[in-house]
Amino acid sequence: MAVITIDRVSRWFGNVVAVNDVSMQIGPGVTGLLGPNGAGKSTLIHMMSGFLPPSAGEVALDGVPIWRNQEAYRAIGLVPERESMYDYLTSWEFVLANAELHGLADPAAAARRALALVEMEYAQDRKTGTYSKGMKQRVKMASALVHDPAVLLLDEPFNGMDPRQRLQLMELLRRFGAEGRTVLFSSHILEEVEQLARHIEVVVAGRHAASGDFRKIRRLMTNRPHRYLVRSSDDRRLAAALIADGSTTGIEFDGQERALRIQAVDFQGFTTLLPRVARDAGIRLYTVSPADESLESVFSYLVAS
Amino acid sequence: MNVTVARLTARGLLGRRRGILLLVVPALLLLVAVIARLTADTPEDLAATVVGRLGLGTLLPILSLVVGTGVIATEIEDGSIVYLLSKPLPRHSIVTTKLAVAVFATWLLSALPILVAGLLLCGTRDGVAVAYTVGALVSGAAYSALFLLLGVVTKHAVVAGLGYALVWESLVGNFVPGARTLSVQQWGLAVAKPLAVEGAIAADVALEVAAPMLALVAVAATVLAAVRLGGLTLAGEE
Repeated sequence: MAVITIDRVSRWFGNVVAVNDVSMQIGPGVTGLLGPNGAGKSTLIHMMSGFLPPSAGEVALDGVPIWRNQEAYRAIGLVPERESMYDYLTSWEFVLANAELHGLADPAAAARRALALVEMEYAQDRKTGTYSKGMKQRVKMASALVHDPAVLLLDEPFNGMDPRQRLQLMELLRRFGAEGRTVLFSSHILEEVEQLARHIEVVVAGRHAASGDFRKIRRLMTNRPHRYLVRSSDDRRLAAALIADGSTTGIEFDGQERALRIQAVDFQGFTTLLPRVARDAGIRLYTVSPADESLESVFSYLVAS
Repeated sequence: MNVTVARLTARGLLGRRRGILLLVVPALLLLVAVIARLTADTPEDLAATVVGRLGLGTLLPILSLVVGTGVIATEIEDGSIVYLLSKPLPRHSIVTTKLAVAVFATWLLSALPILVAGLLLCGTRDGVAVAYTVGALVSGAAYSALFLLLGVVTKHAVVAGLGYALVWESLVGNFVPGARTLSVQQWGLAVAKPLAVEGAIAADVALEVAAPMLALVAVAATVLAAVRLGGLTLAGEE
């Protein structure tokens, strides 16, 4: 059983703190590392994959520090975010070279098995430089799987994949997780993580914001107040009608924007209430836009809670 | 040494456009040698200029720079080095393998043409052609180790290497005689000098200094490159 332990780890670059006193344990099964862009996900994955030393704290695999420890790669398979991968090789040559570099007893058989796992045999004799982003991603997967590792680390693996490839990769990762491997993938897209990982670790601005069962955290996210910006033919009358309902907790008239800033606690309730109230009062709605639906605001809400 | 690393490195170095560019350097030297041979009354008098200055003094360091940085800096730059480093391979074996490829390519693409150019200009007379070739072999190996190290430690390896080869060795070395003591080119000439007839090849550094310096630079650069590669980080991509 492979467990990655991140123990009070910080990492700074000059004056910038990329990861701030993070502790977490990644065990068997699929774990999603979720956070907005620039949150420190890649820095964490670089430290877990031995490509960055922590400024403070320790990152270890089964109790052994990973930094400057080549032997750890016998157990780790890494799918980096960057695309470059010896474009002048065919994927067969590339995956075979990876198998040879691992010193496997039968590299050709390992390469065949890995390419079959990601269903890339049909294009294995083409140079990887000619591949689409999704195909490259799958070949990167094959190169990471070639030595049958206990730990699989993937940095934004779904970037650039089409929906079919995405489903296929998710299925593959789910299977690895079910087999008892430790699979960690990073993503800034909530829905991706939702579909794949039960267990998630959330990082925001370098800090560990949440850890645990996805559904519990998601509920916490959906329970936050929703904010909307609304413009209508009669803002003040609309405000009066809305505040009478329980799903609206606060309304502010923004003179500069010439709009209402509405805070609603019940997302479902508010989205049905607003058009009904407007119609009944004969008010035309010009703008209805969620003011804080971006992932960053969801995360900052999580951090604040 | 690792066969797979050697294969990947050689293909990356010679298999792409760079491979063709690398052929231009020896072709240029051979072209100049042929012209000198056909036009000069006593072509052997031009050996010091064509083979010594152009071949050993200018083309060899430039070619070693392209090769030495090309075997590793490109992979570090585009991130594909991750696939070598995320393996249970000792870092020194990656470095020594890449260095072996670089040295072999440098020898093939510059020491060999230097031999041919030398033979074209003076035949086997006075041992000049062979002496220059031996000089090119030893300085080619030292340059390769030095430039490979630059490829590991700095993103501006080509600029730093050009600075060393052209500014320090050629420009500063021309005006400040002391600078020649720290010149791979002069060390190579010092090794070449006793192999030819007295007075055929000039060197500003004594062989007793040059030989240990060549060995020291090659070994120290290789060890340092292996240490630095072991601590290579992938930072600042977010």
